[in-house]
Amino acid sequence: MILDGKCPTGPIQQTWDKHRFDLKLVNPSNKRKYNIIVVGTGLAGGAAAASLGELGYNVQAFCYQDSPRRAHSIAAQGGINAAKNYPNDGDSIYRLFYDTIKGGDFRAREADVWRLAQVSNNIIDQCVAQGVPFARDYAGYLDNRSFGGAQVSRTFYARGQTGQQLLLGAYSALSRQIKLGTVKMYERREMLDLVVVDGVARGITVRNLITGKLESYAADAVCLATGGYVNVFYLSTNAMGCSVTAIWKAHRKGAYLANPCYTQIHPTCIPQAGEYQSKLTLMSESLRNDGRCWVPKNKADLNKHPNDIPEEDRDYYLERKYPSFGNLAPRDIASRAAKEQCDDGRGVGPGGRGVYLDFASAIKRVGEDTIRERYGNLFEMYEKITAEDGYKRPMRMYPAPHYSMGGLWVDYNLMSNIPGLFVLGEANFSVHGANRLGASALMQGLADGYFVIPYTIGGYLAGVKPGQVTSEHPEFRKSEEDVKNSVNRLFDIKGKKTVFEFMRELGGLMWENCGMARSKESLEINLKRIPELREEFWKNVKVSGTGSELNQQLENAGRTADFFEFAELLCRDAHHRNESCGGHFRVEYQDAGEAQRDDVNFAYAAAWEFKGTGKEPELHKEPLKFENVHLAVRSYK
Amino acid sequence: MSEHHKTMTFTLIVWRQKGPNDPGKFETYTANNITEHHSFLEMLDCVNEDLIKSGREPIVFDHDCREGICGMCSQVINGMPHGGEKRTTVCQLHMRTFKDGDTIYVEPWRARAFPVIKDLVVDRSALDKVVQAGAYISCHTGGVPDGNAILVPKGAADEAMDAAECIGCGACVAGCPNGAAMLFTGAKVSQYAVIPQGRAEASRRVKSLVTAMQECNFGNCSNHYECQASCPKGIDVKFIARMNREFIKAQFA
Repeated sequence: MILDGKCPTGPIQQTWDKHRFDLKLVNPSNKRKYNIIVVGTGLAGGAAAASLGELGYNVQAFCYQDSPRRAHSIAAQGGINAAKNYPNDGDSIYRLFYDTIKGGDFRAREADVWRLAQVSNNIIDQCVAQGVPFARDYAGYLDNRSFGGAQVSRTFYARGQTGQQLLLGAYSALSRQIKLGTVKMYERREMLDLVVVDGVARGITVRNLITGKLESYAADAVCLATGGYVNVFYLSTNAMGCSVTAIWKAHRKGAYLANPCYTQIHPTCIPQAGEYQSKLTLMSESLRNDGRCWVPKNKADLNKHPNDIPEEDRDYYLERKYPSFGNLAPRDIASRAAKEQCDDGRGVGPGGRGVYLDFASAIKRVGEDTIRERYGNLFEMYEKITAEDGYKRPMRMYPAPHYSMGGLWVDYNLMSNIPGLFVLGEANFSVHGANRLGASALMQGLADGYFVIPYTIGGYLAGVKPGQVTSEHPEFRKSEEDVKNSVNRLFDIKGKKTVFEFMRELGGLMWENCGMARSKESLEINLKRIPELREEFWKNVKVSGTGSELNQQLENAGRTADFFEFAELLCRDAHHRNESCGGHFRVEYQDAGEAQRDDVNFAYAAAWEFKGTGKEPELHKEPLKFENVHLAVRSYK
Repeated sequence: MSEHHKTMTFTLIVWRQKGPNDPGKFETYTANNITEHHSFLEMLDCVNEDLIKSGREPIVFDHDCREGICGMCSQVINGMPHGGEKRTTVCQLHMRTFKDGDTIYVEPWRARAFPVIKDLVVDRSALDKVVQAGAYISCHTGGVPDGNAILVPKGAADEAMDAAECIGCGACVAGCPNGAAMLFTGAKVSQYAVIPQGRAEASRRVKSLVTAMQECNFGNCSNHYECQASCPKGIDVKFIARMNREFIKAQFA
């Protein structure tokens, strides 16, 4: 089937304004008759719940953490992009739009990206009004820094904790609505099913993580803002609780999952220290404003102290390969370049899996105090984890799974193919194509939550009678029953291996065969091994305790079970896409290490339809049209 | 990938409590094969794997981002919230700060306002209630001026950021002999009081937050400064002083 994203036509500059005008409205006094469920309270979910509550809708918001303030958006460090052009360096909405399309390696929809660039400026204004403490200069004006894939300074930041400050802004707006009674907040709840009645999304079933009770909630529309899925690699920069579960449950109920193979491997993370490790810690891309990446030219120097290796024996490989973008090459390119150096046997640190990120020349240029002011908390974090001082010797870095560009398929209104199911932020597939540029995730989350969904959900609800289905409908009982059975099934196995052991094994397969480089052969290994391992999981996993209490083993087991199904789809998508683009690098399709796209055969979004566990999913295609940015080989040289 | 590391062994004395109404007790466990690179929570993961394999109940503890920013992790280690390392959350505390053979006590946050849910997990919803009482600027989505139309002097922006770094973990409450949330609340009051956007509601905000703090069963401040010593983000007690000033000013506003 050919999918239609329902994008507005005409001159791109007018698409969003025209569409907003064309959308139907819900009368202010009718809004309170509609119930909306929002799952996830990160930037997208938190902003959406607050804005929808403020408009007058009845909102029920859910998160698995003990407070909406803890969503993983909080960990974003570097900044948020906007086309303000405050530094007068040539930025514009058009340039942000262009950079994002190009950065995504021409695999995103033009209209969605235009809208994102357009509302980026409103986001900064909104956050300033909320009191977000962005960096300022002495005159009191907003300050900017640079990020990868752009030649202008358009990134706004709050020290190295921009995500935290933006999330706390959204959380404070949400808290205000909770106080006003327009939003009812449900913490420590995990969504375990989407309830669909006659083909329309009508509610969700959640597990109360404290009591274990299964609860279902009905609404006129359901918004999923449940983040990304790169914990499928086991070790990633995501929080421990991040999972594919919510979107996978929706996928099982018919929502198409698009481009799952587009995963972002972030170039600068602290290398793994041991097998027991539970996560990888990212060091902000902003560090590449001042840090220079290098490895020794000669293998003989690998065991030397880095400060003893003279300048002429260092290979500043990004500056060498990409002179015009240098250390600020986009993430996919910088990651692959790091891997290339390590594969060549010139990686540093344990196992030869690391490159240096060196601040010596920046410290010489602007002084240690300035560097400390810019990135102090990051240097502190690095020292805590590695016991090394980044001011005195170069940091060691290695790429790690960080972000998922793929997600549930949505149309221009952020609605999935299931009427009434909307998907926001990282959970959808819409704007980043095959690679996301730095400082664009925060922008997308807040754009979707503050400035897109409040309009587009109205367009849907205006055509729907409120309260048509309540949680008394038999479909809700059936959903609770199904969830109960799958929970019990996990307890009944009484096997020998722990959930972590399975997850480590799955993650290992994914990283090895479907990570930074993929091939037909490596993916075929996974397509064979994953179903076998999944079968073993369902025969031999050990989950103790009961379902009627706080049981973290059970939570992890459920998430792992979903990752097992999802991982196969991710590999299948990677296997079918016979090209390299952005974060999806197939070794067969390259031009001396650079990704080689195939626009004739693969300029489409691949949206997969679930047909049953272990059954071949059905592929639907949405062709991508480029009318404003011409398809070209991406060059950062 | 891993190098060969010298391993360490620890004796853990951990608070176990089945539920809010269970009296709870300490249990002793051994943590084996721990390297200096293990974080404290990764060490607990290893202990839990051993417990699960030997058919015992794993220790339940709150954690999520494991990079010191979400504020979910919340354990008292050897009597100090987050273990007492300067500006460090439990997830960022590494085992290299302990000596091989050490005995380590692990407890939940203990405060009247934070009832224990299970083992090391407590209910911190009281902190959300304080925020809901008014720790925000009541602006609407949309209809706001250009970001540069509101000038915020660098000093004010920096001070607001110093206060806003709070991760809401509740260590200040756990560290306080009175179970007070003065540092948490003081940081919220100050964050908005020092910038122009927040001034319009400053009086209303401070009164409302102080009332909420009292209603949530938090104690009062008697200047021990344990909150500042416990805070993994180094929030300064000067924000308590500012809250007091704002509170007094508000009485005459």
